[in-house]
Formats: sequence, structure tokens, C-alpha cells
Amino acid sequence: MNAQAPVIAKPSGAQSAVRFVLPIIVFAAGLAAWELVVRIREIPPYVLPAPSVIFLTLIKDWAVLSQSLATTLLTTLEGFVAASIGGIALALLFNQSKWVEYSLFPYAVVLQVTPVIAIAPLLLIYLEQQTAVVVCAFIVAFFPVLSNTTLGLNSVDRNLAGLFQLYGASPPQTLRFLKLPAALPYILGGLRIAGGLSLIGAVVAEIAAGTAGAGSGLAYRIAESGYRLNIPRMFAALLLLSLAGIVIYGVLALVSHLVLRRWHESALGKEN
Amino acid sequence: MSDAKTTPTVEASLTALAVSLRGVTKTYDNGVMALGPFDLAVRKGEFISLLGPSGCGKSTALRLIAGLSAASSGTVRMSRHEGPAQIGHGIGFVFQEPTLMPWTSVRENVRLPLKLGGIPKAEGRARADAALASVGLADFANAFPRELSGGMKMRVSLARALVTDPDILLMDEPFAALDEITRFRLNNDLLALWRSLGKTVIFVTHSVFESVYLSQRVVVMTARPGRIQADIRIETVEPRGEEFRTSAAYSDYCRKVSAALAPSYSGQSML
Repeated sequence: MNAQAPVIAKPSGAQSAVRFVLPIIVFAAGLAAWELVVRIREIPPYVLPAPSVIFLTLIKDWAVLSQSLATTLLTTLEGFVAASIGGIALALLFNQSKWVEYSLFPYAVVLQVTPVIAIAPLLLIYLEQQTAVVVCAFIVAFFPVLSNTTLGLNSVDRNLAGLFQLYGASPPQTLRFLKLPAALPYILGGLRIAGGLSLIGAVVAEIAAGTAGAGSGLAYRIAESGYRLNIPRMFAALLLLSLAGIVIYGVLALVSHLVLRRWHESALGKEN
Repeated sequence: MSDAKTTPTVEASLTALAVSLRGVTKTYDNGVMALGPFDLAVRKGEFISLLGPSGCGKSTALRLIAGLSAASSGTVRMSRHEGPAQIGHGIGFVFQEPTLMPWTSVRENVRLPLKLGGIPKAEGRARADAALASVGLADFANAFPRELSGGMKMRVSLARALVTDPDILLMDEPFAALDEITRFRLNNDLLALWRSLGKTVIFVTHSVFESVYLSQRVVVMTARPGRIQADIRIETVEPRGEEFRTSAAYSDYCRKVSAALAPSYSGQSML
């Protein structure tokens, strides 16, 4: 009996550990293979830098890179906030009036399907550079917020809506106590997508802007290092970008989990 | 129209009526005529069941009484309380599903009608707790709906309907989705509540046995468009209990109600 208890307890704990350990092993193995290939074949750093060289470059150029990281993150944040507020506000407007929805929705779609890389050069002509970059991040990120919020606001339980009607709820009351809470899981899903997309929008705009003049974001560093054949620094900047993306996703997923954990299926454990 | 005797008091004293429907019809936008013409008079404090095949317009009738949709023709009249306007116009509604807000606690769900009616928070919470106690859920005020069983959720829904102290309780197949054991218990609890609170109850069901067990009057409806097929008074020794459920009188009534229901399922198939 004594020996059996841990055996029963083991699978769930072991499985979660495996889920963490396996990707780390793959990552370490990949890095080791990379390092090994570069060393054995003596590939020069301007063709393919070894991971150790990239890491050293990251430390050596930290002053420049950290400043660029801050610039890109600020752009991303501004674009994300604008997209969140704009997307939710527009969805609320659509929800209030079908006419507004019919009039504006096609343009929201047009904005979404037109590749932002093609819009960026135009924006850079008409807007100040920093504004243009934020607008690009906004354009890419706002559609998922809009469409998810719209979906959420339209998914309100009909009987609950009837109940609010029966008790004479005013439109602001219905919005605050029924529609917004019911739409919350959808809104959070939209925000989670928008976080990553606003980083992509910021990077695309920075690259477009970088060729035009003074930029200092991470994407600009990548383009600039490319011209100078400073390949290790390109990799270092890329590494920071992808770490930034992971952190943004993680933070938004955590917020979503914390907000929904008491009631929504998506945030509940499997055993319930 | 009716094969049962209608007591003269129902028609005579109009002031004692809680709800009266005259020549009410409902035609949906797609042209389907769901109801009527339909006449119904419910006395104050009466417990009546609307019984009929699915799609016969029972729920439609209930929604018309609640004011959740408008009649295409005819009049729906409700007795009005004198004094200040009541929250929800003196109506409590229980849907087929519990229809709770999953994002908030049981107490907040029950307090909702009061909150929408502008009752101060402290008073609202006290009344919500009292309503929860009346359905035996005093200990679950802080739980979230997903933590409750199906029967408990339905009790919360009932507490929410009662929290405004309505004159009329409208129930739309509230126990249809529950297992039989839970349903029997809730039937008994509902009868006890009805006896102690003296509310008018209009109960929609498609169960012959439930309608006979619960109500003073069973109104049997025809298939779509719903009209009244029979109006059967159930008279027995009050208060009812498990002994009524097993009595000969009960099965006689069930047979009678089933017979009244027969034309709507023996004819052409409605499916």
C-alpha cells in the first residue's frame, strides 16, 4: 500500500515537469549543435555567429540594444493601448447601432486585409515618424479586438437579456452589468492576439521607417546591422524581439487567467 | 372549450383577477401563428399550469404576460398594485434554464433585480440572503453558479424571481431539465413556498404528472396555434404531499388530463 501511493500521484506531477523540461532540452541541444557546427567548420561570424558570440554581443552592445528595446516596447504599448480602446469603443458603437456597423465594418475589414508593410511608407509621408509607427501598430492590432468584442457583445444569453428587460434595466446598466461581463472572455482573447500583433506592426513600421531616416527601435537596429554586416548584433536584436513577444503574450495570458479563473470554462482546471 | 366546470367566481369578480388575457394572438415575423386566439383568467393566489405539446405556444403566452414580447392582437391585463411602482411590475420569471450570470456570486445573481431597481446595496444584500434562505441555499451565497448542481442553480433562479416580492410568479418549464428525484423535491418546495407566500403562479410544463401534482387548475392547450383545449380543476385535500402523488384521485386526474391532451398527439404528427 505504502509503495503504491506515490505511483498514483506521480503521473500528473511528472507530466507537468516533462512539459517544461522537454522544450528546454530541445533548446539546449539545438544551441549546442549550432555552437559545435560553427566551431568545427570554422564559420566566420559575419556568415553565421555562434550562440556564444551572440550572447557576448548582447552584453557588449547592451547600452544600444536596451535603448532600442525600450523604444520598440513603448511603440508596441502605445499601439496596443490605442488598438484596445479603439477596438472596444468601436465594437460598443456597432452594438448600439446597426447603421453604424453597416457603414463602417467594411472599412475595418479593408484596413485589416491590406498588408501593413504596404501602408507604412504612405503613413511615413503624411505623419511624423513616431506617430506613423504607432499608427501601424494600431492598424494591425485593432481588428482582432474589434471583431472579438463584437462577437462577445452579440453572445449575450437571450434569457438573461430578457431578464434585464423585465426588470427595466437602462441601456447603461445592461451594458455594464450584462454585456461587458458576458463579452469579457472574448475581449481578453482579442487582447491576447492584439498584444503580439502590435509588436509585429511596430517592427514592420520601424523597418519601413528605418530606411527613411532616424529610427532607433530594435527593428531599425536589425536593418542597420544588416547593412554593416554586423550579423551577431542582428541575432542579438532578434533574440530580444522574440523575448519581448513571449513576455507580452505571457503577461496577457496571465491577466486573462486571473480575471476569468473563478467562472469561465477556459480558465478552469480539467478536473472540474 | 372546456369540459370541466368553471367556478363562477373566476368570471364574476374581475377585481380578484391577477392576470387576464382576452382574444390574444401571437404571429411571429416569419408568419408562424404561435398562439390563439387565447383567453385566460387567473385569480389572485391561484396556482395554474399551462400544459401542452412542445411548440404549442405555452412559453409564448408566458412571455406575453411578462411583457417580454407584444401580442399581435387582443389584450393582456395584469392587476396593478396600489402604491409605489414595483420592480419588474410585480412579476418574477423563472426560465427553463437557470439563466444565472456565471461571472458573479450567487448572492449577486439574486440581488440583480434589486440592483437594477435602484435598491441600496446593503438592503439588497439582506433581501437576497433572505430569498436564498427561503429556498434553502443560505450557505451558498458566496459560491459561483458553476460550483452548484443543476437543482441548486434552479433554486437560485427561483430565489432571484422571489427577491422582489412579486405578486405573480411565471415559470417556464423550470424543472424540465432536472432528474426526477430533484424535480420531486423542488415540486414539494415550490408548493410549500406557494402556500406560505400566497403568490399567483403560472407554471408552464409538458409533464401531465407535474401539472396535476402542483396546480389548482390545469389548462390544457392544443397544438400550434395554441388554444385552450380543456380547463381542469384539481381538487384535493390541502396541503398536498407525497400521499397525494400515490393516491387514486391523483391518477384519475392524470388520466383525465392525458385524455384532454390526446387530440394534440393522436392527430397528425407535429414533429
